[in-house]
Parts: sequence; structure tokens; C-alpha cells
Amino acid sequence: MSDPLLVADHVTKTFTARRRASRGGSQVVRAVDDVSLAIEPGETLGLVGETGCGKSTLARCVARLYPLTGGTVRFDGHDISTLSGRRLRPFRREMQVIFQDPYGSLNPRRRVGSIIGDGLAIHHVADGSARREQVQHLMEVVGLNPEHYNRFPADFSGGQRQRIGIARALALRPKLIICDEPVSALDVSIQAQVINLLLDLQSDFRLTYLFITHDLSVVRHVSSRIAVMYLGRIVETGTVDELFANSRHPYTRALLSAVPPADPDAADSREPVVLPGDLPSSVNPPSGCPFHPRCPRRQADCELAMPPLDPVYDDGPDHLTACLHPLRAGEDLSGATSDGAA
Amino acid sequence: MALLEVEDLRVSFPTDDGVVQAVRGVSFQVDRGETLGLVGESGSGKSVATQTITGLTRGADVHGRAVFDGRDLLQATASELREVRGPGIGMIFQDPLTSLHPAYRVGWQIEEMIRAHQAVSRAQSRRRAVEMLGLVGIPHAAERVDDYPHQFSGGMRQRVMIAMAMALDPSLLIADEPTTALDVTVQAQVLQVMQRLQSDFGTAIIMITHDLGVVAEMADRVAVMYAGRLMERAPRRDAFYRPHHPYTEGLFDSLPTRGGQRLTPIVGTPPSLIHPPSGCPFHPRCRYAFDACATDVPALEPVDGNPAHVSACWLSHDSSLRERLRRAMKAASSS
Repeated sequence: MSDPLLVADHVTKTFTARRRASRGGSQVVRAVDDVSLAIEPGETLGLVGETGCGKSTLARCVARLYPLTGGTVRFDGHDISTLSGRRLRPFRREMQVIFQDPYGSLNPRRRVGSIIGDGLAIHHVADGSARREQVQHLMEVVGLNPEHYNRFPADFSGGQRQRIGIARALALRPKLIICDEPVSALDVSIQAQVINLLLDLQSDFRLTYLFITHDLSVVRHVSSRIAVMYLGRIVETGTVDELFANSRHPYTRALLSAVPPADPDAADSREPVVLPGDLPSSVNPPSGCPFHPRCPRRQADCELAMPPLDPVYDDGPDHLTACLHPLRAGEDLSGATSDGAA
Repeated sequence: MALLEVEDLRVSFPTDDGVVQAVRGVSFQVDRGETLGLVGESGSGKSVATQTITGLTRGADVHGRAVFDGRDLLQATASELREVRGPGIGMIFQDPLTSLHPAYRVGWQIEEMIRAHQAVSRAQSRRRAVEMLGLVGIPHAAERVDDYPHQFSGGMRQRVMIAMAMALDPSLLIADEPTTALDVTVQAQVLQVMQRLQSDFGTAIIMITHDLGVVAEMADRVAVMYAGRLMERAPRRDAFYRPHHPYTEGLFDSLPTRGGQRLTPIVGTPPSLIHPPSGCPFHPRCRYAFDACATDVPALEPVDGNPAHVSACWLSHDSSLRERLRRAMKAASSS
């Protein structure tokens, strides 16, 4: 196997929320807590988790859009953890981001041609008519009409705007594209068009994706490996087939079981595991395993120590689980309460 | 008799750009205690149709009939509609934060609605509010009743909305994308609460959603809307396993499956409702379209003579012929 394109090693990111002293002074939010992962060239790593689990913060850390609080990020063999400004710029070309909101992420007062061509101008790749030619080619590649070069974002539908964002990300021929919920705002028929486009581009340009989403059916479709996050930590990671067939962590199992299948027979026969309560605050995370207050399998030792992310039972080195009492193959997540009210 | 019978509903909005024909002749009915899943993409008219029934589309040009419990709501006065909303028809919306008043305690908001409709004392309405919050699974309801909306999480706020909508025991609940803004594990909690209340109270539900998984989980029958029209209406299993309309088929084909094969999306984008396409509104995106589709509007006709399963399409309503056509088309497109 080739060297990983991106390696995050014990990455931590905290934010400080300032509050009045009368309300307890400043509070530290541990958005990403000691996360390590590697992305191989050409693969798609799906990063899943619920609102507030830190998946977008982690992506912004590895892209160095945020300074790290702790840990290191290596891209293509170079340590980029502490680079800034001019020295970070060459790596910016190699890592681009596609955002969720096709409305908020495009400047409404600028023409799409200049939005897509920005990177080419900033990095002095092409100017004048050469830039226009490259941008129009990119528009063709993502399925936009190149004649619409001078139009404004408002003239495009949501799906077309997402194509504009994709063209902008492609312009500098990056190695890694971070897709932050790229299809979540789109209707299902348009979502399918954009997913197909992303998969085509990946094989045409040999792209590597870090694909962030809360939609498990999308992540199953596009990813080769998946990492599941909960409260700032990765709780389980493995290949798609392995995780969907044989998840070990109770949270992964509950997350998968919460998705209603678009199939009446499957909907009628299944017994979904409904977790009690909400995601706890990352200001005062629970002690030990962060999932233990909601976990149907918790035992006394779960509150004491954070379990390491290691292979469990007979799993190979690719399937890691951070749980003291992981599920065995075929074992049910029993002991779940029947209602979220509990 | 059906609880709600909507007949040839037409809703249009005059705008600066022209008249937006949001709903163009929609008919459906909802029986007591059942769940109708109303499916369609953004702009298909599913929210406008249901909001019009409850008198919430001000400034719209409305035609048709919507008979609820023997009374045509489209002819009702504003004060008659106020009597229906709440005790007759409860509503919950996608975003519980904007549906709740941020400056009033949640209990107060539920109590206010109860007292607006029933001659009860403050103590009685408060007891009812606490009881409802408990029923939707809010822990320590007697204390949380005095909290403000911002003190609840998204899922808990949606439970508060459900408690409010169900407090007067309506016979119909209109739920407009109630779980779209929620995470999947929270969605599972909210759907479970809705199912339990439905079986306890015998409420009929119109579940508006674009999520076919939620429909499979909740609905008894499914109605599919596109460009302001009803394209297909069927019992749940027929809709999922034997869809007739090419748009319904296209929705299912668009769903991500396991393992990186290419999806089969519907080509193109939804049409403008100011200048909707002639004939069948789906014909510009339809892989089966032929001449008649562009000129003549198909009516909802039974599939295999089954009056419960109707589809507005010019293709054969014999499902074995339709299935052969689907296979032939699939073979042609994959070769």
C-alpha cells in the first residue's frame, strides 16, 4: 500500500466560550478530542456523526482552516500542523473544500466565472483569456453550460450551484477534496445527479475525498471506509462493508438502526434501537466513554476510563473500536429502553 | 365517510414575475386514524396544499373543495377556521424553533392554546400542558413546563410542538417535514412518539416529507406530488414495490444503494410553476415520454383496475405491460 495522503495524529481542537464571571467564567469546548486517522490516496473516507459531534471541525483542522490545539497533521509527507500564511499556501492548492449550503457559500454579487476562477488567479496559474478558457472547461466538466460564465449565482438552481462549488474546488487540480455535506441540501433526484458527478470526477482526476455527512445511505454509497464520531472522538472505524455488516460499537449500531429503510417490509420487520436522551454538551463531556450515559450496554467501568481505539475480538487492523464491551458478530443491542422518554 | 376530502384543489399566487400555480388540481382523502404520506420534492406544492386547507395561505387564489368533518374549509370564515385549527386539525412544522415563541415559557404557550378553545381554569390547562409534555416523553415535565424554548434541544422542541398540536385531541394532525431538521437518532425518537400518540388518540396524520424511509415507516397510503399535481396515489406496498408513474419510479431509482454503482437520477430540474409544461408536467424529464405526453394532461386512472392505486400517466395501466416496458428501458440504458 502507498503512503497515506493525509495523516492526522492525536488532533485536538478546543474553543473557548467567554461568559460573564457570574455565570462561571470562560468555558472550554472540546470539539475534537485526540483524533487520529489516515486517508489513502484515491479512497473516500466517510466521516459520519450527528450534529455537534465535531466532524466539520475535524475536517477544518486537517485542512488547516483552523489552527490546531494539539496533535499533528501530515499531508503528502509534510507536517503542516504549524505552517501559516505563505508557507501553507502551496498545500492549500492541494486541498479544497465543497460546502453544504450552495446558497451561502457563493458570493451573490460575483459572476460564476470569477468565483470558479478565483483560485487560478490567487495562485497565478492562469490569467486573462487562458483563465476564462480553463474556467469554461471546468464548467463543462461539472455539467454546466460554459456560456453561463457571466451569470450570477442567483440565476442557478440549488443543484447547479453545487456544481459551481465543485468546479471551484476542482480548479487547482487538488489531490484531496473535503466534501462537507455536499448533497444534504438537495432534493433526492438532484442529489443523485451530484453524487454521480462526484464519483465520475474521482475516477477521472484520481481524487481523494474526505466525505462528511449525517446521511448514512449516502455515505454507504460513496465511501470505501467510514469513521464514526461521537462527541469529538472517533468511536469506530472500518471498511464500509465491515461497519454495516458487523459494527462493534453500540453507538454505531444504534445510528445504523435509526435510519428508516425505504422498504415497507424491512420497516415492518425491524426493531429500531431508540437511544434515550440527547447528545451531551461537549463543555462538560461525560467521564470515561463519552457515550456511556446513553449506552444500553454500559457497565460500571465505562464511566472510569476512555477506551482506546483498537481492534477488538478477531478484527483486523483496519477495523478499530473504542469500546470496553463491544458487540460480537450477530449480537443484538439488547437492554435498550423502548422509548426515548426514559 | 372520509375525515378530510380534498377535491380539485387549485392554489395560485400572484407575484411580480407572474402567477405561480403552486397547486393545480389536487384531490385526495384522509380516513380517520390513517396516515397519508405526502411525498414530493421542493416546490411540488405539498406544503401549500395542506396549508391552504387550514387557511394559512393568505393572498392566494384558491379554488376547489376541502371538506373536513362535513364542512368545506375553503368556504369557512376566519373565525370558523380558528375553531378548526387546534381542536380539529393540529399542525407541526419542520423548524420547531421558529414555530415556538422565544419569549414565552413553553407551558404558557400550550396553556394559552388550550384556554383559547376550551372554558377551563388556569390550573386545569396547566395540568393538561404538563400531562401532554409527559406523554411526548419530556423528562421532568412538571419542571420543564416553565422553561423557555431555547432551553430545549431540537428534538425536545419538536416534542413540545407535538404536545401542543395534540393537546386538544384533534382528529387530524398535519406534520410538515417534522423530522427533516433532526439527527437520525432523534428522528427515531420523534417518529416513535408520533406513532404511539396516534395509536392512543386515534389521530389521522398527513405526513409531508421528502424522505422515503420515513414514509415507509409511517404511512398507510402514499400520495406523490410533482409540479403542483398529484402523480400517483397508492397503498404503501404498491407505491414502493409496484410504482406506476415514471416520476415515482425515478424517485426510488435516485436513492443511494450500497456500493458505488452509478445512480439513476431523474434528468433535468423541476419546472417553473409560472409557466408549467403543457400536457403531463413531468414529460420534459421523463424517459418514457412520447407525443401525447406533451399535449394532453393524463387523468388519475386505476392501475390494474384497483381504485386504491391510481396514476396520472399515459403509459399502460396494466402493470405487467408497464413492468415489461421498465425492464426494456433499463436494458437499453445500461447497454
